[in-house]
Amino acid sequence: MIEREEPRIAAFLRVTGPEARAQAEAADRRLASGNGAAGPLTGIPLAVKDVLSVHGVETTAGSQILRGYRPPFDATAIARLREAGAVFLGMTNCDEFAMGSSTENSGYFPTRNPHDPSRVPGGSSGGSAAAVAAGEAVYGLGTDTGGSIRQPAALCGVVGMKPTYGRVSRYGLIAFASSLDQIGPFTTTVRDAALVLQAISGLDPRDATCADRPVDLLTGLEEGVEGLRLGVPREYFQVEGMEPGVKAAVERALLLLERNGAELVEVSLPHTDYGLAAYYIIAPAECSSNLARFDAVKYGARDEDARTLLDTYLRTRRRGFGTEVRRRVMLGTYALSAGYYDAYYLKAQKVRTLIAQDFARAFERCDAIVSATSPTVAFPIGAKVDDPLAMYLNDVLTLGGNLAGVPGISLPCGTSDGLPVGLQVLGPQWGDATVLRVARAYEAARDA
Amino acid sequence: MLARLGLEPGEEDFYAEQLGAILGHIDRLGEVDTDAIPPTAQVVPLANRMRDDAVRPCLTREQALANAPEARDGMFVVRAIQESEP
Repeated sequence: MIEREEPRIAAFLRVTGPEARAQAEAADRRLASGNGAAGPLTGIPLAVKDVLSVHGVETTAGSQILRGYRPPFDATAIARLREAGAVFLGMTNCDEFAMGSSTENSGYFPTRNPHDPSRVPGGSSGGSAAAVAAGEAVYGLGTDTGGSIRQPAALCGVVGMKPTYGRVSRYGLIAFASSLDQIGPFTTTVRDAALVLQAISGLDPRDATCADRPVDLLTGLEEGVEGLRLGVPREYFQVEGMEPGVKAAVERALLLLERNGAELVEVSLPHTDYGLAAYYIIAPAECSSNLARFDAVKYGARDEDARTLLDTYLRTRRRGFGTEVRRRVMLGTYALSAGYYDAYYLKAQKVRTLIAQDFARAFERCDAIVSATSPTVAFPIGAKVDDPLAMYLNDVLTLGGNLAGVPGISLPCGTSDGLPVGLQVLGPQWGDATVLRVARAYEAARDA
Repeated sequence: MLARLGLEPGEEDFYAEQLGAILGHIDRLGEVDTDAIPPTAQVVPLANRMRDDAVRPCLTREQALANAPEARDGMFVVRAIQESEP
């Protein structure tokens, strides 16, 4: 499958064939032994976004600056899947350091949408989304800082979930914006998403923000939406650039949920218009700090012509970072600098409080929130690369979930102009099981 | 310079124009009254978690140095902090 599809979509940066075969043989032995050592994920092949450390496998965050880096340890999510007997197929393409919404900011090459190779797969986890959509992998792992799992899932017509902040350990994740980043799955069904998330979730002493809370994502999965109140945020249906075909597909999905027993209630997220602005201060500020570590001392490709230490930094970072990463590092450094901190960073953090309060108030009136995932279907490659603000507007319906720390899923809900549309379900913090239950109810009704 | 990005002379105008547009959008934050609003740095309530101050397994020196562009005698090697006198 990978050999057949890769020339068309280019989802993988690296395929680890020999290692995968050895892991598959080990899984076969485990399954054959029949002593209960095998689980639901034993022997199942997955694709890993290039930001998650896999022991001994080149992991570059889609950046030239990390070319050749081989982590000496596994990320916790990877270690848990390895324990479960997973088969790792390789590292998937992404926007450099997960900064982007189209995978065009990769430091290597763009990935193409399996539904139409002239279009983007979304991003930043576009490679994992495309790999699952094309059948190259049974499931994938991605990361979501402002929509980087949910938006590519929507554009590629697969299921993608960002859990509650703190549900999955971030140990071994190459950080972009630490207060927003979460790891989550790409799958073709909601049940598979629940299975993978169940496997990677839970307390990890190596990530102090990873919560010590019970994780039970499967028990209530099939309970349906009868009696649940689903909030429809009016602001999310009026955002700039919302395509009529996307809106229509989502409205049909809401009607279907209603016919299956859900009660639709209108809710308001009044600070929606300020989410993008707050996000594009907070995320770049955190990234400018996180990316300071790429100094070509402990890892990364050093510019050999540099004569002094300062010259090493300048030449290495000039050559190693792409345009979008440089843009965000500049923006973040500016927002944090003396004299601008109060006007930008502190202000954005206060607006973040208001956005989190919007969600908390909305969830007093409903069990989950439903909307479109992205205001548009997959757009042509090259269409938005020269206009960063237009690219950022792609995330306007997803980044609120990151700012508020709440869980969200995207699953396919029909098409517009022949391209997949994503339905987003958001839940209150730690309401991951509710999000999955609502998504599963829609999926069952859709396929009935 | 602060971010050590090594901008080329021609790049400054390119980024200045794009960042100007982005900051123009961001300026709408000024419309929101936040006088009585506390800032949020961490959105999920958490308490500090302490662990025992005990030695645990960690990377060996060889593992820690394996990815370094340059290492010698068990140490990372960096270029001179100052240029040598001509």
